Amino acid sequence: MNNVLLFNILRFVALLLLQVGVLNQIQFGGYINPYLYILFVIMLPFGTPGWLSLILSFFMGISIDMFCNTPGIHASATVFAAFIRPWLLAGLLPRDGVEPDVTPNIRVFGFAWFFNYSAIMVLIHHIFLFLIDVFKLNALHIVLWRTLMSVIFTMLLVVLSQFLTAKKTK
Amino acid sequence: MKNLLYFIIRNHYVILFLLIESFSLALVVHYNNYQHTCALNSSAKIAGNINQAFSVVNNYIGLRDKNEALNAELAKARSVELISYKVDTVSAQLVKDPNYIQQYEYIPCQVISNSVNNSNNFLTINVGKKHGVERGMGVVSASGVIGVVKETSDNFASVISVLNPNLNISAMLKANGYFGSLSWEGYNYQYAAINDLPSHIEVHSGDTVITSGYSAIFPKGMLIGTIDTVLNVGTNGFMVASVKLSVDFKRVGNVQVIKNLLRDEQLELEMHSGNE
Repeated sequence: MNNVLLFNILRFVALLLLQVGVLNQIQFGGYINPYLYILFVIMLPFGTPGWLSLILSFFMGISIDMFCNTPGIHASATVFAAFIRPWLLAGLLPRDGVEPDVTPNIRVFGFAWFFNYSAIMVLIHHIFLFLIDVFKLNALHIVLWRTLMSVIFTMLLVVLSQFLTAKKTK
Repeated sequence: MKNLLYFIIRNHYVILFLLIESFSLALVVHYNNYQHTCALNSSAKIAGNINQAFSVVNNYIGLRDKNEALNAELAKARSVELISYKVDTVSAQLVKDPNYIQQYEYIPCQVISNSVNNSNNFLTINVGKKHGVERGMGVVSASGVIGVVKETSDNFASVISVLNPNLNISAMLKANGYFGSLSWEGYNYQYAAINDLPSHIEVHSGDTVITSGYSAIFPKGMLIGTIDTVLNVGTNGFMVASVKLSVDFKRVGNVQVIKNLLRDEQLELEMHSGNE
């Protein structure tokens, strides 16, 4: 149990630093910004109580906000994604259940399952994020374009992160 | 009462979500406006220090000191340039003996955090209250206008970038002196739009756009960019033109904060005349 806690704290700190230190500094093409930090919510263990995952995602979002000068924007998007997650997992997981300490990852559940699950999470998060960020509907096509490009880059990094960390946890 | 408690316990997940979400959205609505201040910003101590640390890594180590020295020289040169001085004579007869008092001072500094791809962009610079930086001061680089200081801490300041629709800059066409208000439309980091130009004037692509000097933030004549195309001529007597910004916001490093030494005097006067 302590191991699970430690891994999640490490993941929180590592993703936060990676996001604000590296990903926010790289300005791909002017409008593409991958938000890999959502991986923290994606990879919370199955058994995490709902209230705890809401609070944790709020802290993740608000920390990112602090660095981006965008109070509330990342926090609201992250909390929204965390809120949807239990229903998403209920729909995607096999009926016979899983160990509560296990985190959703590519090694246990396979590429196709993990890709579907994380793509839906990233999509929910990014659409919410960009809609809140722009806050006006006349620019909808630009919102959708930015969302799509950023989703592609975030998913690339999400999948890459799975292959990079898979060996260590063996 | 018991039923209410039971209801809360049964629906705690949804209720907690609604609470946190409405709190976050309240933050968005309240602080997205740049007039409001918020403790959670990149000039805050922790965020500032971490950003600073990363920017050290990002900097090209060998060139950093040299650039800083050059920037300090530029700031010094700009401070003694004639344009930083204001004629301090009261009558035309004294023109042979012009005395100047200094109006603008330039504080050299470095950008330690920057964004161009959000719809509201900000920069963080490595000078703050300790160095005399205050809210509302202008920030420029060697190639043009960067933004306006929004928040300050002891050692850092966050700057609302030209690439932020909340910032309006009073801009002027160098060729004929007509002025309008420049703001960013949120799409492309290389272009902004100038609004409220009278529609009867002729505007050519390539015309230089400079600061008007009406706002007590920027001195007159700082470069903003050049006219790209006229976007539309409104029926209300005004037109909108797109402006190619002279600053490459992807590559800003060394910048200067402009301290207007006569700002309080000007603002006070303008406030009084507005009241009557």
